[in-house]
Amino acid sequence: MKDHFTMDSPQPRLLDETKQGVIGTPMDRPDGPRKVSGTADYTADHAPDGMAHGVLVRATIARGRITGMDRDTVLGIDGVIDVITDPRMIRNPAQGMAGSAPVQTGDEVHYHGQPIALVVAETFEAARDAAQRLTVHYHAEAAAVSPETTPDTETDDPVTAGDFDSSWSAAEVQIDRAYTTPSQAAAAMEPHAAIADWQGDHVTLRSALQMVRFNKAELADTLGIDPSKVRILAPFVGGGFGSKLGLGPEAAAAAIAAQKLGRPVRVVMTRQTVFDTVLRRSETAQRVRLGATKDGRITAISHDDRVSNIDGEGFAEPVSQASQFLYGADGLSFTQTVARIAATPAGSVRAPGEAVGMLAFEAAIDELADALGMDPLELRLKNLPEKHPIDGRPYSARRLADCLTEGAARFGWADRWQAGTRREGDWLIGIGMASAARSNMLVKSSARVRLTGDQAIVETDMTDIGTGTYAILAQITAEMLGLPAANVTVRLGDSDLPGASGSGGSFGANSAGSAVFLAARKLRAEIAERLGCDAEGLTLQNGQARGDNREAALTELVSEEILAEATIQKGKTAKSHFSSGFGAHFAEVAVNEWTGEIRVRRMLGVMSMGRILNEKTARSQALGGMIWGIGAALTEEMQSDPRDGHIVTRDLANYHVPAHADVPGDMQVVFLEERDDWANPIQTKGIGELGISGAGAAVINAISHATSKRAYDYPVLPDRMVALLEG
Amino acid sequence: MRPFDYHRAETFDDVTSGQIIAGGTNLLDLMKIQVMTPEALVDITRLEGLSAIVPEGDGLRIGALVTNSALAYDPLVRAGWPLLSRAILAGASAQIRNKATTGGNLLQRTRCPYFYDTSQPCNKRTPGAGCAAIGGGGRMLALFGTSDHCLAAHPSDMAVALTALGAEVEIHGANGTRRVPLQDLYVPPADRPDRETILETGDLITAVILPAPKSGSRQGYRKVRDRASYAFALVSVAGAVTMEGGTITDVSLAFGSVAPKPWTIPEVEQMLLGQPASDDLFRRAADLLAPDPAPHPETEYKRALLRRTFVATMRQLTGLADTTGTDIARAEA
Ligand SMILES: Cc1cc2nc3c(=O)[nH]c(=O)nc-3n(C[C@H](O)[C@H](O)[C@H](O)COP(=O)(O)OP(=O)(O)OC[C@H]3O[C@@H](n4cnc5c(N)ncnc54)[C@H](O)[C@@H]3O)c2cc1C
Ligand code: SF4
Repeated sequence: MKDHFTMDSPQPRLLDETKQGVIGTPMDRPDGPRKVSGTADYTADHAPDGMAHGVLVRATIARGRITGMDRDTVLGIDGVIDVITDPRMIRNPAQGMAGSAPVQTGDEVHYHGQPIALVVAETFEAARDAAQRLTVHYHAEAAAVSPETTPDTETDDPVTAGDFDSSWSAAEVQIDRAYTTPSQAAAAMEPHAAIADWQGDHVTLRSALQMVRFNKAELADTLGIDPSKVRILAPFVGGGFGSKLGLGPEAAAAAIAAQKLGRPVRVVMTRQTVFDTVLRRSETAQRVRLGATKDGRITAISHDDRVSNIDGEGFAEPVSQASQFLYGADGLSFTQTVARIAATPAGSVRAPGEAVGMLAFEAAIDELADALGMDPLELRLKNLPEKHPIDGRPYSARRLADCLTEGAARFGWADRWQAGTRREGDWLIGIGMASAARSNMLVKSSARVRLTGDQAIVETDMTDIGTGTYAILAQITAEMLGLPAANVTVRLGDSDLPGASGSGGSFGANSAGSAVFLAARKLRAEIAERLGCDAEGLTLQNGQARGDNREAALTELVSEEILAEATIQKGKTAKSHFSSGFGAHFAEVAVNEWTGEIRVRRMLGVMSMGRILNEKTARSQALGGMIWGIGAALTEEMQSDPRDGHIVTRDLANYHVPAHADVPGDMQVVFLEERDDWANPIQTKGIGELGISGAGAAVINAISHATSKRAYDYPVLPDRMVALLEG
Repeated sequence: MRPFDYHRAETFDDVTSGQIIAGGTNLLDLMKIQVMTPEALVDITRLEGLSAIVPEGDGLRIGALVTNSALAYDPLVRAGWPLLSRAILAGASAQIRNKATTGGNLLQRTRCPYFYDTSQPCNKRTPGAGCAAIGGGGRMLALFGTSDHCLAAHPSDMAVALTALGAEVEIHGANGTRRVPLQDLYVPPADRPDRETILETGDLITAVILPAPKSGSRQGYRKVRDRASYAFALVSVAGAVTMEGGTITDVSLAFGSVAPKPWTIPEVEQMLLGQPASDDLFRRAADLLAPDPAPHPETEYKRALLRRTFVATMRQLTGLADTTGTDIARAEA
């Protein structure tokens, strides 16, 4: 049985009708015990017989050509097998959903830190020693490493609606502010790793990757072989946050080396290499202009930005993404400039665009409210547009106003005091809020569901990067087939299984979940037929099928395996409606008036993000997102050297993600009930990234409320806060 | 990592050559990235008599192998020298403190990121190679005591508290055992920033000696960093203050992450001594704290931050500011 489904119209809300009662419940992740007991097999846990160890060698100039390598000196080190260079090696990881090889540079160097060779040895230690000691000779060239000064920039045509210039000049109140955010690292716990093993002309690659279907095509293209000769395995991935969307240099190098040496090769990046070469989030320079009437109607919105990337990468941090549809105005304008620099390439990192764009945009909205003498909550509520301000599409489901008012009520927003007037000892106390928005996507996905009696198996190459995919796919299947979730086995992360969206852009649960749903829907039709009732009249619960006054156990009806495969792709609803998750973030902070330290004391996120498939994993996603929001506002900053662009903060002791002590004990997440009928057949929306989008801005706005000072350069580290307090 | 010989020391005199390894929490990290490439390691963790905290006179003798956790939670230390306990707990993480030792903590290397990156010239790694931090990024570098050859700061929290408390270090060497004030353990970077202490090959730190507690003093360790925990200090202030009436009768201070060693500025203490505590006094004293200009443009901020952190700490130590919810404690014993 096969179902090819295109999302052209809303589908019945079947998951509200089914009776098993597992959908939405806060079920524990079935893979949890394996993860906490160390028995989940992550890539680098594998060591096939005869395996050799590879360590990547990095370039130590910003731009130029390699003229030679003193191989002989390191080949003499005990245990060193080979120093491999190959024109098929890749400069950097593929961008998300590329499906083709990243830039292959041969002997050219495009940035400091670029992988240029692989040293292979019998032990990891010998390989690392040799990689460290290998002398490389270069012909160095001048390189622009600073986005501020590089002569090489590209500016896109502005995205506009109405006439911004005239709305702006006519505005009674104007806010015109410049903001900066630094580069950020995805900072996944598991370093990037790959093991390649060839059988004849077939290669099997185990690797920490988020998008197996695309990665398979990327590896085939990189090696110049047919995709049918590539198998990728990624059953467990230790966090991705965008950094494992695309095939990485370690995977390409492992495959090339394993082929050359005729034995399996494992390449695990050191933490430093992860920082050097894995795609960073671009730093941004932003300018937000807001115009309004005196009574608080926003008339003009502009959000321009400059981001950076290396030559040859099409990705540009979509900074103003949410600014384009959150509020309405008579004139809107958004212009992006990309600065080309010779530095670690940039790509998708957790909530590309919103994570940094909303920091600035929602801070500017707050400043506008100040200028108007208006409650920032009220200003937001007053300016929610009817339709998408740029393209006029209706919103598919948008409870933003409810999130704002519900959040305000729960947080105690009405008790807000005058800015800069509350203190506890040396600490100044303030509260802030911001809207949350993150556009929602549906990506082509396939899945197969097999049912034998009351036992089901789900198969898809979808990944679980710690988010709970194993749990939710089991829940969808169990709910649809009327089984306890424990009766469903979920197999993921194998490119031999039906190809899914992969985990990225918060679209995995919607896309892969919909494919599983559709396959299970097919099975329901088959079961109904066997029982002799209409599919609509079928009730499946605890292994029993009922309908039309008939009843039978699945073990009788399905004594031999039946299976169904389904593929979903986006269709007319994506054009007719605009789908996005929405929410509201609230934060209370304390700012030390002497040292400029900032502590978040409580946080609340109220979100409407479609149907919740698992209350626990959804909450964890939202909480994790909010914590990244704290990171963006307060702690996370990648620094690079002004001379050669190399990353200076190359480990997790120098790149500061929020520690436990940065996260308040009082962190609350509230989901408002919602079904997004236009999004997909299970009425869900993306979750994780919505948690970030706007969360940092609530913290930033709380800082202004506490201190009456506005920060425009993020994160607000103690030195930046002290400079404001001194001023 | 380079292959190395491993030797387990059985007696103090066994430690004649090779790099000493104690908890290994700093040394092993540096060996993995080949910033340090010792040919031989001498493991001192089985040496007897180095793991105890015992009273010595009115003071305390802390064996060099006492872990940071054991020291921080020791009841005698918490009562008599609460500053030390506070400083240790402000550093690293619980896991690292369980492994890290007293001797190793004093001798941990700088966190200058260029020191950690072997693609960059660094005089501390290779004397004469140059200093990549000059002209590069330098938020973590020092304000005081730097040289033209090295701007790096010492990152220890514990050593700052020990300095403020007037601790001494006991060293066992070829010529027997000697004691030096902790302050004198460290040598200025000059043109050999690779030489950080007076220790010679074969020298073993055996103990740290604390003098009698400053009974009745208020003590505190104020560490300002880029996140709420698990980060090295941008600046820190360790202080112990005794007051009679409103007057400061005893004060000792040390400043962390602002110099190649825990920094002291005796003029500050002199200005405070015998004076009634006041905001004005602290502001004037704070002016002695900041060299103008900072040796690196990116550490310019540390001048204001150190001044402000000092004033805030003094206000708490002298009762001008409320201390509920802070780490300020009174030394008993
Ligand atoms: C992620 C991270 C975060 C950290 N954060 C902080 C922080 O916030 N604040 C802070 O203060 N510290 C911090 N540290 C550093 C930590 O405190 C030190 O690594 C630790 O104290 C070193 O002790 P050890 O016993 O492990 O030393 P080792 O690594 O074993 O040795 C360090 C050095 O001391 C020498 N040595 C050791 N013992 C002796 C002895 N008895 N006699 C002579 N020489 C000796 C060794 O030869 C070596 O050169 C952090 C460390 C890490 C890894
Ligand atoms: S400041 Fe010192 S440690 Fe840092 S690079 Fe310069 S010489 Fe090396």
